Amino acid sequence: MTAQNVAFWVLAIAMGAGAVGVVRSRNIVHAALFLIVVLVGAAAQYIVLLAEFVGITQFFIYIGAIAVLFLFGIMLTRAPMSAGDFDNDQRWPAAIVSVFLLGVLIALLVNAFGHDDIKLSDELLRASRTGPVADSIFRSFVVPFEVVSMLLLAALVGAVVIARRD
Amino acid sequence: MALNQYLILSAFLFCCGVYGVLARRNGVLVLLSVELMLNAVNINLVAFAAFTRNISGQVFALFVITIAAAEVGVGLAIVLLIYRNMRSPDLDRVDQLKG
Amino acid sequence: MLRNAWIIPLLPALGFVAVLLFGKRLPRKGAELAVATVGASFVLSCITAVQWIQRVDDQPGKEAVGGFGRALLPTQEGGVTAVERGFTWWQNANVRFDVGIHIDGLAVMMLFMVTLVSFLVHVYSTRYMHGDRRYTHYFALLNLFTASMLLLVVADNTLMLLVAWELVGVCSFVLIGHWWEEKPNSDAAVKAFLTTRTGDVGLMIGVIVLFFAAGTFNIAVINAKALDGGIGHTLLVVSAACLLIGIIGKSGQFPLHTWLPDAMAGPTPVSALIHAATMVVAGVYLGARLYPVFFRGFSIGDGGLNAMALVGGITIIIGAVLAFVQRDIKKVLAYSTISQLGYMVMALGVGAWVAAIFHLFTHAFFKSLLFLGAGSVSESGSHHSFDMKGDMGGLRKYMPITFVTFVIGSLALAGIFPLAGFWSKDEILVTAGQTGYDAFLYVGLIGAFLTAAYMTRCVYLTFFGEFRGHGEPHESPPTLTIPLIVLAAASVGAGFLNAQPLGIEKFRDWFEAGVSLPALQHPDFDTVKAVISVTIAVVGIGIAAYLWFQREELGPFRNFTQRNAAARAGYRFLENKYYLDDLYENVIVGGIKGPVARASYWVNQHVIDGVVNAIGRGTAIAARETYDVIDQKVVDGAVNGLAETTGETGGLLRYVQSGRVQRYALTLFAAVGALSLALWLVY
Repeated sequence: MTAQNVAFWVLAIAMGAGAVGVVRSRNIVHAALFLIVVLVGAAAQYIVLLAEFVGITQFFIYIGAIAVLFLFGIMLTRAPMSAGDFDNDQRWPAAIVSVFLLGVLIALLVNAFGHDDIKLSDELLRASRTGPVADSIFRSFVVPFEVVSMLLLAALVGAVVIARRD
Repeated sequence: MALNQYLILSAFLFCCGVYGVLARRNGVLVLLSVELMLNAVNINLVAFAAFTRNISGQVFALFVITIAAAEVGVGLAIVLLIYRNMRSPDLDRVDQLKG
Repeated sequence: MLRNAWIIPLLPALGFVAVLLFGKRLPRKGAELAVATVGASFVLSCITAVQWIQRVDDQPGKEAVGGFGRALLPTQEGGVTAVERGFTWWQNANVRFDVGIHIDGLAVMMLFMVTLVSFLVHVYSTRYMHGDRRYTHYFALLNLFTASMLLLVVADNTLMLLVAWELVGVCSFVLIGHWWEEKPNSDAAVKAFLTTRTGDVGLMIGVIVLFFAAGTFNIAVINAKALDGGIGHTLLVVSAACLLIGIIGKSGQFPLHTWLPDAMAGPTPVSALIHAATMVVAGVYLGARLYPVFFRGFSIGDGGLNAMALVGGITIIIGAVLAFVQRDIKKVLAYSTISQLGYMVMALGVGAWVAAIFHLFTHAFFKSLLFLGAGSVSESGSHHSFDMKGDMGGLRKYMPITFVTFVIGSLALAGIFPLAGFWSKDEILVTAGQTGYDAFLYVGLIGAFLTAAYMTRCVYLTFFGEFRGHGEPHESPPTLTIPLIVLAAASVGAGFLNAQPLGIEKFRDWFEAGVSLPALQHPDFDTVKAVISVTIAVVGIGIAAYLWFQREELGPFRNFTQRNAAARAGYRFLENKYYLDDLYENVIVGGIKGPVARASYWVNQHVIDGVVNAIGRGTAIAARETYDVIDQKVVDGAVNGLAETTGETGGLLRYVQSGRVQRYALTLFAAVGALSLALWLVY
């Protein structure tokens, strides 16, 4: 039982609880906060996996921007801050489907990757640093990078247009 | 560590997100569930990046994060619009495409 | 020109086409074109005649042998040969169809006569038919007729002759029925056509028999074989008899003469051309052309009785007698024509070939003169009527030229010396007497008497006495009278072509030459018989003149027929034309067509209509069944069922479209899970 393993399990349990909280909470603000727990847990997992740059980015963007955005959105839509019933009438079919999906996925994964292990090494650490990642982006993946830029621009303009009060 | 740990964790998160997307009434809550699903995918990608010792997975995860950000922005704008038009964020009311 | 005589029929034929195509646009409506073509044909015929005469006159050995006359026959050495020219149109192993011309004396004479009379008739018609409803077509058909007649005359084989024969028959039909809108006219045209058609059956059978007998259609070959025994006697008899039937139909001999008087329904120039001078003599021409067949077939050289002379003789008498009881001047002339045709056929029957042809020649002139004179009278004297008793009389004061020419024509017809008819009729009588046909000599004399008498009656009723018509009679314009004068001159002078006592025998020399003939007897001029015949004619004129001119003093003869029952019956017998028309139409034709018509009607009503009605009923039932069962139940059921199903399915399916996105998403995820499981399990 290595340190990474322990860290993983702790984080995993926290994330799991948070996920359930997001989808089962009766309070929107609570759901958002539960999501923040999951996001933080994810960032920590990235760092455990030696993907430092991704982890930091997760922190900045997801938690710093997106979660805040959510909180703003909640306030703007005057969502009831108090408890309410937020489940629609297909709870049970949804539950069945998601459990079924989970079961299929687990079975598949166990079947496929049952004997695979992750070996964490210095080489991986070195390769995951900002420098090599940046290199990879601007060399191998420069086209997707540009496309994503365009996408961001479009999303920006689109959001403004949609939310315009006219 | 076994690869499967991460993968099953990711699967669990994903399925929670699915449930949330299908069963939640408020648009914001649905978006939250979508974020949950995206994060599950990201964990999957980074885990595989570590397993194959290829950082393409991490790069891909970065892109996913970017796109998630864009999508949240637009999604919230839509929810805002719905709220303005319907006076309520209840998604069940948005059924104009009813057959 | 002798070798190119085929142009002569061709010109009017082209005229026919040209006048039909653009006659209406010409200033004189095509008449000028028609007159021009026939005029050109006449000129060419004259040239042909001159060339032929030169050919005959140049022939050595003219003063030659035998007590049988002057010119040598082609069968004798040194005789004049005919000009022949033709080409093979089609042939296989057994049969050969030729097209060609055969120019000999007979053909030359006919060419001259036909084109001259046709030309005069064309000129006459430009004025007579002025303003007619079908002026252009009339001239086109007149041209076609002339072309057909000329073709008949120059044909060198029996097939071409048959074609031309039929063509003239058709033209006659069309021209008789020129005013077909009035039913009597169209009836007359049909009667003419059908009656001659009955005779044409005989002609066709005769042509076929001759073909099988002689192996060819060529006339010269047939004649040669008939003369030298190449054809058996029985075949000759059969073919001669069949051809005689054709002559009887076309030349108006008894018993198929009934169409000729009715044919007077056509325009008068048509009567003059077709039913006096040309078409009706086609039969006589046939007899003259194929004379060896007749001569040997009927054994004409042996004297006694033969069918041809008998038919001709009977025709002479019945035609002449009927001419007495006519009110219509054209009908008088029609019966006269029948009678004179009888003379020609009888002449052929007694062996007087030259006389028959000569009489044909002279008769053409004075008969057409008489017809055109009658037309002139109707045009300017009697207000388009031909009724002598009703609308004419005393016209000699008003129409001097017409009167004089008409009298000349009548005297010529009666056979008065020195007019043309005397010479030709006399020759017939003489030959009849000298070749052992004495009975026919007497028949001919009686006919001469009757001819003189009825023509006198006709002249009196038309030109003497009081004018019984209405309107202002006057002389006809020159376009009508000049042809009359020309024909009168011909009637006077034509006879001198063969004035035997004067030593002139030009006609015989020229026109007998080159013709295939058996050895004929050419009797010398018999003064006694000539005097007798003229005397008889004069007596006839006298008695008739007495009876009619002196009507008022007749006393016992007045209203004779009205007082005496026997005379009245006799008169009615004549008036009804011997009841021959009744016999033909009601008894013979009616007896056949009645049962045939009733049987056909029965078949039509029960058999044909039965089938048709059954089919109709069956179709109706099938249609109703189709509608009820198939259309209403099956087809509509299917269509309606399909629509209902679609509607209901849609009604069910539309619940899927709830409009709620999350519902769709649920379905999506469920499907994904199921599919992946399935895929995993399969692989």
